[in-house]
Amino acid sequence: MAYTTIFQPTNRIYQYDLLQNEMNRLFDNFFGTQRRTRNSNVFPALNVYQDSENIYVTAELPGIDVNDIEINVEGDTLHIKGQRKLPETDKNVRYHRRERGSGQFSRTIQLPFPVNAEKVSAEMKLGVLTISLPKADEAKPRKINIKTA
Amino acid sequence: MAEKELTVDKKEVQNPQEFTREGPVFNPDVDIYENDNELILIADLPGVVKDDLDIDLNENTLTINAHVKQETQGTLLYNEYKVGDYKRSFTISNVIDQSKIQAELKNGILRVVLPKAETAKPRKIEIHT
Repeated sequence: MAYTTIFQPTNRIYQYDLLQNEMNRLFDNFFGTQRRTRNSNVFPALNVYQDSENIYVTAELPGIDVNDIEINVEGDTLHIKGQRKLPETDKNVRYHRRERGSGQFSRTIQLPFPVNAEKVSAEMKLGVLTISLPKADEAKPRKINIKTA
Repeated sequence: MAEKELTVDKKEVQNPQEFTREGPVFNPDVDIYENDNELILIADLPGVVKDDLDIDLNENTLTINAHVKQETQGTLLYNEYKVGDYKRSFTISNVIDQSKIQAELKNGILRVVLPKAETAKPRKIEIHT
């Protein structure tokens, strides 16, 4: 099983994405944008977004039936597992190209904040899976009032 | 042919031609197979809506052009794949009946059926004794 730790505990600050962007920019300058493919042996590739209320995890899963995907949330850990089945073709066909993959996949990622596991929702649209994970109350940003003397 | 494993490498188009729209352009993964009556092309086009997909047959070149609208909420925290348009061209032989090509887009998968022209279908030759 592929296990990816997105955030080291010491990096759990909002500054993290700034640092990450800066690092990516440095690497892109040096290697060109093509080189930045991490975890090329794991599937699916995930993008993670956040706003003040939610974390969004997206993955491109074209042609995968929603019944073949299983999503589990446990604390701040998200598990996605499933399989991609390609429809059977007749035996007497001749393949010219076969580039589309199939089989089972499984991924586990650690989220940057604890989430409210009961309110997690997922949507499959045009072959793109979006998982919305509401942040737990203690992880939401709070406005700090400044007192004047 | 052996089945392929799942991979996440999106192949970015590498050619000197420039596109008017900014952003990366990818070659979609395709399966192409043929049976006695037709040639079938299946392409993975996640995030493409029907209206943003162009399938164009010019002379003998079949071109798939797809625009992807990125609909994401919030700011990016972690990035493993990039989102961009898709473009890929294939040379199709004359034996295709070009007037009967059909295409279907469903759940990020494009399926194009290219029927073979009558003259190109294999015929069994009967041998008289």
